[in-house]
Parts: sequence; C-alpha cells; structure tokens
Amino acid sequence: MNKKLLMKFKSIIGLIVFSLIVSVLSPRFLTVSNILNVLRQTSINSIIAAGMTFVILTGGIDLSVGSTLAFCGAVCAYFISAGMSVFLAVTIALAIGALVGLFSGIIISKGKVQPFIATLVTMTVLRGATLVFTNGKPITLGSDKASEVFSKIGAGYFLGIPIPVYLMVLVFMIAYYVLTQTRIGRYVYALGGNEEASKLSGLNVSKIKLSVYAISGMLAALAGVVITARLSSANPNAGAGYELDAIAAVVLGGTSLAGGAGSILGTIIGALIIGILSNALNLLDVSSYYQMIAKGAVILIAVLADRKEK
Amino acid sequence: MKQPIFEMKAITKEFPGVKALDHVDFKIHKGRVMALLGENGAGKSTLMKILSGVYQKDDGEIIYEGKKVDIKGPKDAQEEGISIIHQELNLIPHLTIGENIFLGREPVNAFKKIDWTKLYKDSEVLLKKLKVDKSPKELVASLSIGEQQMVEIAKALSLNAKIIIMDEPTDALTKKETESLFHVIHELRAQQKSIVYISHRLEEIFQVCDDVTVLRDGKFIGEAQVKTLNEDQLIEMMVGRKLTEQFPSVVVEKGDVALEVKNLSNEYVKDISFLLRKGEILGISGLMGSGRTELAKSIYGALRKDSGKVYIDGKEVNIKSTQNALKEGIAYVSEDRKGQGLILGLSVKENMSISSLKDFESPIFKINRTKEKKAVKNYIAQMAIKTPTERQKIKNLSGGNQQKVSIAKGLMTNPKILILDEPTRGVDVGAKKEIYDLINKFKQTGMSIIMISSEMPEILGMSDRILVMHQGRITGELDRTDASQEKIMKCAVGIKEVSYKDE
Repeated sequence: MNKKLLMKFKSIIGLIVFSLIVSVLSPRFLTVSNILNVLRQTSINSIIAAGMTFVILTGGIDLSVGSTLAFCGAVCAYFISAGMSVFLAVTIALAIGALVGLFSGIIISKGKVQPFIATLVTMTVLRGATLVFTNGKPITLGSDKASEVFSKIGAGYFLGIPIPVYLMVLVFMIAYYVLTQTRIGRYVYALGGNEEASKLSGLNVSKIKLSVYAISGMLAALAGVVITARLSSANPNAGAGYELDAIAAVVLGGTSLAGGAGSILGTIIGALIIGILSNALNLLDVSSYYQMIAKGAVILIAVLADRKEK
Repeated sequence: MKQPIFEMKAITKEFPGVKALDHVDFKIHKGRVMALLGENGAGKSTLMKILSGVYQKDDGEIIYEGKKVDIKGPKDAQEEGISIIHQELNLIPHLTIGENIFLGREPVNAFKKIDWTKLYKDSEVLLKKLKVDKSPKELVASLSIGEQQMVEIAKALSLNAKIIIMDEPTDALTKKETESLFHVIHELRAQQKSIVYISHRLEEIFQVCDDVTVLRDGKFIGEAQVKTLNEDQLIEMMVGRKLTEQFPSVVVEKGDVALEVKNLSNEYVKDISFLLRKGEILGISGLMGSGRTELAKSIYGALRKDSGKVYIDGKEVNIKSTQNALKEGIAYVSEDRKGQGLILGLSVKENMSISSLKDFESPIFKINRTKEKKAVKNYIAQMAIKTPTERQKIKNLSGGNQQKVSIAKGLMTNPKILILDEPTRGVDVGAKKEIYDLINKFKQTGMSIIMISSEMPEILGMSDRILVMHQGRITGELDRTDASQEKIMKCAVGIKEVSYKDE
C-alpha cells in the first residue's frame, strides 16, 4: 500500500525534491515574488498542455497549438486595435481556436489522416495565414482604454496574484472535472484505450475526436490571448515550438503517448517541473544554450524513471 | 511405455500471492502428441513458459533425453530444440515468407551479404514438406491465418525443433485449415517429432492427440492415453465435478416477431432475410469468413448497409451507427474480446457501463458514481463474475469473466435483441456452462438472442433455430428438432439442402 501510494505521488515528490535542491542552490528561489513569477511563466504552457492532455489521451497529438496561439493572438490584437470590445474580441479569438481544432479533427476523423500529419498541415497553414494576416509584422496595441483593459488579462494582478495564474487554475479545474466526472471524460479514455471497442460499444468516435481537438484549439487560443495581453503586442512568430513544451509537460506527467492512460494532475506537475527548471537555471545564471540541454536531460530522466517502474 | 524424451518433475512456480504451479509433473514422449488440458488459470501457460525458458522454475527438475537440464532463457530452449507456436502469431506481415522463416538467422556469404538464393531454396523445401502451396517470396500479409501458422511451423522445423508446442492452434482456423494442420501434425509425428497440443476443444484432443495431461488450479491431476478416456471423463478431470448437462435446453413459448431483416446486402453479405422472435435463440453457423460477424455488425450499424430493410417490433428502423442500434434496443457482444470488445486499460466498472453511461448522468453532466457502482455490482453478483472489486483492471480477469463483463455491458443497455458473437470462445469449460445458463435466463425473460458460433455442439444445443451462412448468403435454415451436424456442414460448404421456414 505504501509503495503504491509512493508510486502515485512520485511525480509530486520529485517536484518537491527538485524545488528543495533549487532553493538550496539559490536563496532567491523560495521567495513569494519568484514563485508567482514561475507560476505566471508556467501558465501559458500549462493552458496549452491541458488541451494537449485531452488529445494525447485519445491517442492523438496536436502540433498546431503554437500556430493557433499566434493566429488567435493576432486576430484578437487586430480587433481590439480596430476598436472592438475586449469581451467580443477575446470570444472571437477563442471561437476561431476551437474552429481550427475542429478543422484538424475533421481531417483526422473523416479524412482518416494520422493526427501527426493532419495537425502538421494545420500548423503550417496557420503559421502562413498569421504571417499573411499581420504582413509579417507585430500588431502592437495602443494606449486606449480597451487596450489597457485587455493588457490586464496578461499583466494584471488580483489580490497580489497574476491574472494568468487564475486562468490556469480555472482551466485545470474544468479539465479535471470533465476528465474525471463526466461522460465525455470517460469516453476520451475509452477511445484512447481501444478505438474499435469504443465504436462497438456505441460511442460516437468522430464526435469525441472533434471535441478533443476543438478543446485543444480553444485553449491554445486562450494562451494566445494571454501572451498577447501580457506583451500588448501580437508577434506573428509567437508560439513557435510551444507544441513540444506542451507535449513534454503531458509526457512528464505520466500520460501515455499511446493514449488511454494518464491524468490532468500529472500534466500540471509536468508543466511546473519545466517552469521551475528554466526559472532555476535563470536564477543560477546558466546561459540559455545550456538550458536547452538541461531541459532535454530532465525530460529524459523523468521518462526513463517512469518506464522503469512500469 | 518407453522412457519420455522430456520430463518435468515436481515443478513449482510461485508468483506474489499465487502458487501458479504446485509440484506438477509433465512428460513428452518421442513421436507422440501430448495434449495439455485445463481450465483457464489451471497453469498451462505458466508450465509452457517454463518449458520454453520464459519463466524460471522455483523448484523441481527437468530431464531432457536422460540428462538433467536447466533452461535459463528462450534462447536455451531454442538451442535444445524446443519451439513454441503462440496463439498470437509472431510474424512480420510486410516481410516475405522466407524472410520470416529465417528472421535473425539469414544465411550469409563471405561478405556478410544475405544469400537470398539459399534462403528461398531452403524455405521452399520446408514449405513443400508442410504441403503449403505458396512461393516463399510471397508476403506474409497476403496469407490466411492457417497459412501463417504453417510458416510458424516451418520456422520451428528450420530450427531443427524436436519438441513443438502449439498453443490453441485451431482457434482462428477454418475447418479446412484445421484439417490440414492435423495432417501436418500426423506427418511431424511420423518424423519422430514430439508435439505438445494445448486446446480447449475436446473433440480435437480425441482427433490428434495420443496422450493427455490434465492440470487444475496449478496441480497435476493425471496423465493418460487418450484412447482410454471418453469426453465426460476428461471434462470431469478438468473441472473436478460432473457436468450433468452441458446444454440445459429451455422451452419458451414462441413470442411475436422482434426483428425482421429483409434483403439486406452490402459488401460482405448478400440478400439476407430472416425473422427473430421474442424468447428465441437464433443460432448462426457457418465457416470462418462466411459473413456471420459481418452480418451481425451490419445489423448493429457498425458496417454500412447498401440495401435492405430492418424492422423492430414491426416498425421499420434506419440504423446507421452503433448509437442508433443501442437506442433501438440492439446490443452486440464482439467475438474478439480483447481486440474489439473490451478496453483492457480500464476497470471492470468502466468497461461494463461504457455503453449505458447516459443513464447515470446527472443534469450537470456529472456521472453519478454511486448509482453506476450499484448497477455494476448488481451485474457482478447476478452473473457471478469473479473479480476482487469493480475497480479491478479488466485485463487481470480470466477469459470467462472478461466475457461475462462483455455480455453485462450489452445487458446494461436493456436490449430487446442481444447479438452474441462466439460467446464462449477462449472460455473454459466451467465458465461455458455458466454462460449457457445465463443465455437461457435471458431467453426466459423474453429477450431475442442471435448467437453466432463455430462450435457445433453449442449451436445444436442452444439454438431454437439455426441459420447457416456460406459466402455471405444464408444457405440453410434448420429447426432445432431437425438440425444435425451433417446438415449444417452441408449448408456451410454451400450445398443447399434443407430449408425449414418459420410459418
């Protein structure tokens, strides 16, 4: 029993041990402002990774999240600078994100294209569309009232805690509820476990696939909104490579790339590990070149440790 | 009898919490076929895994050709001339027959280049020996299951195997393929090879085996020559009790027509028409590939229909998906439990309720777990499913219990029509009887049942009426009272002979 409990919480324990080591190495690590900083930095990747968890649990993959982030961020910035209300602009951006996911989902479920290829297509096309839409230049917000309100989404604080952290927590709470308490959550696991059996059990397999890609797309759009708001500017090259960070967080959290097994709680921990790692390396003045090597090594170690125990 | 070529004495193997084998003796004689019989969980596979080096014994000794040996790994076993042909074949579909036979042991020339001429010539000799009429250059993917099995046997022969273990070899074979397999077994025996034959099908034991060893609950029950036993005695040895009646037939008053299929055609089946009444078991027989499963899946909405009509309770229904079918009261239990029936990574509960989750949903889209658990526990009790808790992963259950969960999943949707595709495949004798009793119980409640089966005694014993299929068509319809194995066989091979019409 104890061993089982230990297994279950091994990633949390790993996270704590890791944090302790960092706090010894750098006294600045365990300060309130730094922790809030880490959480805020993690929020973008976490929100994307939450959506990615749904997709990977069905046995799929979504490479298009980085491009979706950039495109939806640009659309949002464009509408706000054109004078649209913040609420409407954000809603449109999220809707477009969901539509992009739906599009990938349709290619995958109706066109029977492998998720890797289908979302590679969406990723490429959307990056191009973003560059066309922005003329390859960042859309920078002015200092009007709407832009100010909008920038709060990314840069504001409430009760001393950054707004993106609230958004991240909200996203994870909803994702947790959906995956563990609802029918669609159960179906996501079933589909990832055995597609043919799911179909013969009367599940609408296409609908489930469309749903998970739509969720992933919408959350990528939300991350795009947050990042645009934080910088008060939408960069057409934003989010490049983010899909890999999100996949890394999901895998670090113990979710199987084959689908059918894993959890959203694992994903939070995975995202935090990645966030704390880069924060710690920054505090320790490690150059960003070495940081990448360190990140790769940590992912490798974590994944190997996970395999061994299985 | 002569000294056995291979003898395992007092083999004991323990896994955490279970004694899988408890002082088991097992002998293999030269040039004879030894059957290894036992219910699921009796220890057959553990014993064979020790024999082939996958597991190490905890205690006991192995004597091979008069010498004490230690088999430390699969490689040792292979070098000693022991080959095992698994239930799931281990061939690589996109390589040729020859490449598969010599995989990892390809003949090479002085420059380490593969000597293709020799490889294919040697393969051809092996195939000829097994009377397989195929070029060794053909891809394995293009072969039938039976032919693939022959490739496995050819591989074993190329390894100079003296002992060949066959684990449920006929499970996926057609009648004809089974016959040619038996022929090959006779040949191998004539060449003084020893064979271990594991099967659930008792009639096969009588057809091809010389000796039989029976295990039960990890213990050695007995060894005997097959000709000294009859089927009842064998079953008694396996289950440790007398099975008075395998198929307790239950008579139920004929009810109204529940399902009518008219001129159903698609890619797989042609012009299918039949009736199914309430409280009736309609058996569907036919050889593998005759379109039985495809017919069931077409009615269930898992395969597209090109033409034809389906009526339920006299009303025409248009079933386009499995969701539609469940809504209309049709449930289907797959023949391929592990591949298409169950989701192995999920629990007993999650598998059982997956088709009927909607019934447990609260207004805020939350699954009412208390209600779900209660319903699942109810079925576990009713169907005597052996599982520690409903949270147990389904893959840890025995075949029979997995099958019961599969059936329970269908029942939880409250079907009017239950389609059971090979309901007792890979299920041991004791659990079979329990499943038959359950099916009869459903019948008594007025449920209409379609039972597809390859096992003649099962079809003849359980069905009220039997449809026989051949190449996608119904070639015979027989009443219970006038059906016989011979008549079914004639229809199954396409000689239309009997036609009994309902009314």
